[in-house]
Amino acid sequence: MFASIIASGLAAGAIYALVGITYNTMFSTSRVMSFTAGQLAMLGGVFGSLFTLKLGLPVMAGFLLTLAGCAIIGIITEFVAVRPVLKSLDQHLYVLSTLAVALMIQQVAAIKWGTEPQPFPRLIGLGSGIWDEKFWLPVVACVVTIVALEYLYRRTLVGRAFLAIAEDNFAARAFGLPERNLRVASYALAGIIGGVAGFSSGELLLAFFANGALLNFYGFVPVALGGLGNNRGAVIGGLALGLFQQAANFLVGGIFSSVAVFALFIMVLLAKPQGLFGLSTARRV
Amino acid sequence: MTAVTATPPRDETGRLRAILPKLAPFAGILAAAMILPFVSNDYWALIGTRAAIYWVLVSGLNLIVGFAGHLAIGYVALLTLGAYTTSVLAAGNVLTAVEPFAALAIAGCVGAVFGVIVGLPALRLRTFYFAMSTLGFATIVTQIALAWQSVTGGGIGIAGPEFPSPFNTAWGYYYLCVAFAAICTWLSANVAHSRFGRALIAIRDAEVAAEATGISKPRMLVAIFLLAGGLAAIAGGLFASLQTYITPDAFTFDLSILFFIAILIGGRGSILGPMLGTIILTILPEIAAPLAAWSTFLYAVLLLVIVLVMPGGIAALLDFQNRRPLASNRAIVPRPVALAECMGRNAGNSVLSLRGVTLSFGNVRAIDNLDLDVRPGEIHGLIGPNGSGKTTTLNVISGYYVAKAGTIRLGDKLLPQGRPTLRARHGIARTFQTPRLIGEASVLKNIMIGGTIEGRASFVEALLALPRNRRDERTLNEKARALLAVVGLETLAEIRADRLQHSELRFIEIARALMLEPDFLLLDEPAAGLSGDEIERLAALIIAISRRGTGLLLVEHHADLIFDICDSVTVLNLGRVLAAGTPAEIRVHKEVVSAYLGG
Repeated sequence: MFASIIASGLAAGAIYALVGITYNTMFSTSRVMSFTAGQLAMLGGVFGSLFTLKLGLPVMAGFLLTLAGCAIIGIITEFVAVRPVLKSLDQHLYVLSTLAVALMIQQVAAIKWGTEPQPFPRLIGLGSGIWDEKFWLPVVACVVTIVALEYLYRRTLVGRAFLAIAEDNFAARAFGLPERNLRVASYALAGIIGGVAGFSSGELLLAFFANGALLNFYGFVPVALGGLGNNRGAVIGGLALGLFQQAANFLVGGIFSSVAVFALFIMVLLAKPQGLFGLSTARRV
Repeated sequence: MTAVTATPPRDETGRLRAILPKLAPFAGILAAAMILPFVSNDYWALIGTRAAIYWVLVSGLNLIVGFAGHLAIGYVALLTLGAYTTSVLAAGNVLTAVEPFAALAIAGCVGAVFGVIVGLPALRLRTFYFAMSTLGFATIVTQIALAWQSVTGGGIGIAGPEFPSPFNTAWGYYYLCVAFAAICTWLSANVAHSRFGRALIAIRDAEVAAEATGISKPRMLVAIFLLAGGLAAIAGGLFASLQTYITPDAFTFDLSILFFIAILIGGRGSILGPMLGTIILTILPEIAAPLAAWSTFLYAVLLLVIVLVMPGGIAALLDFQNRRPLASNRAIVPRPVALAECMGRNAGNSVLSLRGVTLSFGNVRAIDNLDLDVRPGEIHGLIGPNGSGKTTTLNVISGYYVAKAGTIRLGDKLLPQGRPTLRARHGIARTFQTPRLIGEASVLKNIMIGGTIEGRASFVEALLALPRNRRDERTLNEKARALLAVVGLETLAEIRADRLQHSELRFIEIARALMLEPDFLLLDEPAAGLSGDEIERLAALIIAISRRGTGLLLVEHHADLIFDICDSVTVLNLGRVLAAGTPAEIRVHKEVVSAYLGG
């Protein structure tokens, strides 16, 4: 049982971490927390199943099409729900506009795809038991994503521009960085990361429209605990959350594991609203 | 003398005439609800009942979302809780069965308690976090309802309570629910139009200023969370009876969205708007039957349109008064003489004194070992170059910052540091460098905020509009109007504050601070952005205030104003006192002249 807890805990944790990174990627360039993060991961599963099972495309082609689809959804989010409300960030209208877009995505998925979980194809066919690919694929996807992001942020010009904007939007614009295009790019990137999360976890979570809302919450917990925009915090928080949740799941049962996660989330946030690794809040007066 | 007579206290009939146009739409909706049974069939009874039940919940939630501005998305959780509590108690499958109405009342109490538990995170968490935590709660309640089979019947469900005759027919039950809805409208309107409702909006739009007027956010929020939770649970009990049989499936997240979006479509800080929103959203899927499956999608589209195109919602559409253009050549003509009629004389002689106050941000010493005395009836100027620590000093006095060392005393009492909400009770009021007002509220309401702690009625008295609350309202209203006349803006009483000019906002802030009849008034650059004439009038007003025995601490860059009206002046440089003394001494002080005044 211990091995199962570790396997499923790491798998779930990796998915939560990826959704958390999706949140952070959007947040870093726009200061907006978007309700679409979980929906992007849900779409990763739905698109994956659609392209590979329903349309019978090869896995690789299905994967690339899925990422492209999620990237487009990410870009649409930026245009429809983020750009118009950035002027008045302090009014927090983005909470409502991104919620609206997330609901639309979820509703279209429910109606067009169906409200029942649908199967996801076996991608490679490697491993069984606790070494089944459905457990290690999300972990691999998470590691690859982190490495790729590190490479992007540290070694490429675009990545450094992302960091600059995340660090100080005004200064970055003063230096002539194309802030708007970079923001669109970051939303596309967030879509891709969400798509990776959904595609790699398809065998574990299936192609199910309700995964969006679920991942929205479980993906936000590591972000909140780790501090906004802090990818390292999101990964540590995500893995810890996955292990904690699966341990509770195996030891006391599914319902109480959700209650335990929720209670933990609320208590940590009440004690440290800025998250465990976050910085304290700005001056008010 | 003329100031008060300029706005005579209205008599009862005048008051009624003013309120009547606002009541008319509610009366119209009620009348339409009453005649619905005579013009339609049982199908509409179901829809009408549903709309009434939803409104019972939304009327409470509106105070949280629309007034306090907290984005509680997952309120279906409390509907579920109320539905199951009522059903389980009425069915008697756990304890002995109780009467449906008693079960409903108990559910209301349980809902009130959980309303606070769900709401508690709002005391510390910001918007998106709070939205998420209510969302998480909604998921959990449904899961518990599914899993706790011995009580809730799990996925199979449980029968809803059946109310006794005459409420067991479709129309009988409809009238019962409409009665509940009408009472809830009355209750929420009472709260909204009391000092509690204004305080909620103040916390939403001008939290820092709300603290300076002594409004305590936790107490306000807990009160409305109790109310909203109770109402939501009662709505749940009614909902269970309407459904006759409930399963966890009946409480989809879509319902939560409906409640939440009804309020936003209706408009923040309004009651009529969300009520219309609730009715529209309940009927919408019914009249467009093929779209029923797409109803949540429609709600989401509506939400997006509202946010992007008309953030004010229905309420802003209906707000005809604020669409009339304002006169463009308005002048602010304060009547300082009238101050005597609305402000008592400060008889105390305790001195506000700072000793050795030190504060640093990181490695920067913002204030360094500052001594300062403000005496009653004295105008004390605080000047210095930018970044010399003037505003920071005000912020330490008003409790926003905690000094690293040193004491602040009022007479022989030590003022607790870092507790801004306690300052108003000590008779210390202030204004801000950028005016912090509630843009969406009328000028009069903005000023009434300043007197929030003077109200005597409790939340329950306000909820039920008992005499003591009505007396509070009358006193606050009259005093605010009188002070508005003192600062010379009485013609703008009913205008939304965000339509005014900057200079007018400065005077409104002063009027708001005077509502407290403060012993000490801290003014942060009151003359910034004012014209020459306006500065002269401001000076006369400040002098008049000091004559009432109020001690004023004036942070200002206009050296002329400082030297004209101040009794003593302290000059700061890099957080230290560079010089202190009378204006005449400061004017010729060598270092001050070279460092600051120039010449």
